[in-house]
Amino acid sequence: MKPVLEVRDLMVTYPPRRGAAPARAVDGVNLQVRRGEIVALVGESGCGKSTLARALVGLVKPTGGQVLGDGEPLGYSAAALKAYRRHTQLVLQDPGGALNPRQNVFDAVAEGPRLHGLTDRLGERVHAALARAGLRPPEEFAGRFPHEMSGGQQQRVVIAGALALDPSVIVADEPVASLDASVRGEILKLILELRDSLGLSALVVSHDLGLAWNIADRVAVMYLGRIVETGTVEEVLLRPKHPYTRALLSVLPDSGERPVLLTGEPPDPAAVPGGCRFHPRCPLRAAEQDTLCDSRDLPVLTGDPSRSSLAACHLVH
Amino acid sequence: MTAATHAPAAVEVPRHHAFGRFCRAYAKRPAGLAGLGLLVAFGVLALASPLFIGDDQLNVIKVDGPQLSPPVDGYPLGTDQAGRSVLLLVIWGARESLSIGIIATALTVVLGSAVGLLAGHYQGRVGQGLMHVTDWFIALPSLPLAISLSAVLGQGAASITIAIAVTSWTATARLVRAQTLAVEARPFIERARALGAGNTQIMIRHVLPNVMPLILVSSTLTVASAILSEATLTFLGLGDPTSVTWGSMLQAAFAGGAVTAGAWWYLIPPGIAILIVVLGFTLVGRAVEHVLNPRMVGR
Repeated sequence: MKPVLEVRDLMVTYPPRRGAAPARAVDGVNLQVRRGEIVALVGESGCGKSTLARALVGLVKPTGGQVLGDGEPLGYSAAALKAYRRHTQLVLQDPGGALNPRQNVFDAVAEGPRLHGLTDRLGERVHAALARAGLRPPEEFAGRFPHEMSGGQQQRVVIAGALALDPSVIVADEPVASLDASVRGEILKLILELRDSLGLSALVVSHDLGLAWNIADRVAVMYLGRIVETGTVEEVLLRPKHPYTRALLSVLPDSGERPVLLTGEPPDPAAVPGGCRFHPRCPLRAAEQDTLCDSRDLPVLTGDPSRSSLAACHLVH
Repeated sequence: MTAATHAPAAVEVPRHHAFGRFCRAYAKRPAGLAGLGLLVAFGVLALASPLFIGDDQLNVIKVDGPQLSPPVDGYPLGTDQAGRSVLLLVIWGARESLSIGIIATALTVVLGSAVGLLAGHYQGRVGQGLMHVTDWFIALPSLPLAISLSAVLGQGAASITIAIAVTSWTATARLVRAQTLAVEARPFIERARALGAGNTQIMIRHVLPNVMPLILVSSTLTVASAILSEATLTFLGLGDPTSVTWGSMLQAAFAGGAVTAGAWWYLIPPGIAILIVVLGFTLVGRAVEHVLNPRMVGR
């Protein structure tokens, strides 16, 4: 079966600031999201994960490679993008900012259907979406304005707005990062329920490995524009191969391991190191002094989810 | 914003009772009602004035009152140097002063908002080009431009209106562009794009409603300054010399030696009339701003 969402060799380069090299925010990524699957994309700030999420929903035009929805390459004409957006929806980090303060809940949720001409039985569609997103009874929320609701309720409205288009996949960029800890679990549970009841797929972007553990089927770890390790959540989080993943996991409070603190220069997408892009900060390389790391570029990991876990590293296999 | 705005039955699309809601919320603002009352009073007086003011009271040849007289019986605000009642002149002058102010403001707001919105939304070449044009107009000194426009277009209300609009739209354009840039950076624009909205839909559904309060508030101030500009240009002698406006009254008073004669009743009423109308528009603008901004409800 074709993956609902796939990227092949995706590159996104931002034009250079004055005097600097162009920033390679996404620098060759292969990734697949299969039907009914939740994939977590984790990495530290600035690694390109938000850019990848925006490229997946067509908000950022890639400079190379392809985005495929249901196996169809995405075109960038206005009509093609609009058609694609019924299929793939975006949920943003800050629900307060993602809702127009002058629209009430009904209009916010009805916006997608109205844009796509689905105005037949619009009221039912909107109320169904609100109910699915856990805002019950829907009529109680339809007339409210964003500032009259809590952050968790606002995020449910954003999710309802995406659901109103019956998408097959949702791309969520840090969906719970700006919410209270008590509300986070509820929103994550909602995403899981939607997967179970509607067969919805999701790509959840996060910097939080605990979140990935809680909801994801598969995990992709991103570093400086590339995926450096990918596999099922058990493989990646319980038996990490890549030194970067290991370092991320070792600093979790209950990891039981000695924390590995990464040293060296912070990653800069305008100056990606040659060889393995992680080599200036890699604890393994520092220990072994392997020259392969500095000189030989690593191949881009395939996005094939049927393979067992993959790591982009010269030293571990 | 409580029970009244709730959606009705589950299958029904809640209709927008936006205007009714607006009126109910507006009615709760005493200052706004006072401002509206002032404007309505002036508007009604101006519209009804042909019923009780005619050529007999306005034509300097036909009037028979005392000349440059302080307030007396029958002339509650005194008379001008031709013997006309200042009260009736102020009422008659409202017609042209208000219409020039409102039409010039409408032109200013429409042109300025359109340019500002487009320049803020299309931030590439289109926006830069539009802002260059705006900068060019800003660099033109407004009073000499208005004077030369009036000279080219001929004296009269139309050329004064155009002159005011041409010299004041730039402020609105810059204001709207700045606010558009701020609104465009907010995540709900990205959400709308991800939902499938195009440029026009984003501008009309998301940017414009969030810029609108600013446009309304600034347009009330524009009306005020347009009425003042009208007075200025007419005072400088660029208006139609035969028509009566507040500006032309001030000019006639000045030219007729009302200042040296200490004829306060001739100078103060048109000034007070300008002040009241400007105040009325400001109060209304402030109330509209509060009503349209859901966050300000109850404050």
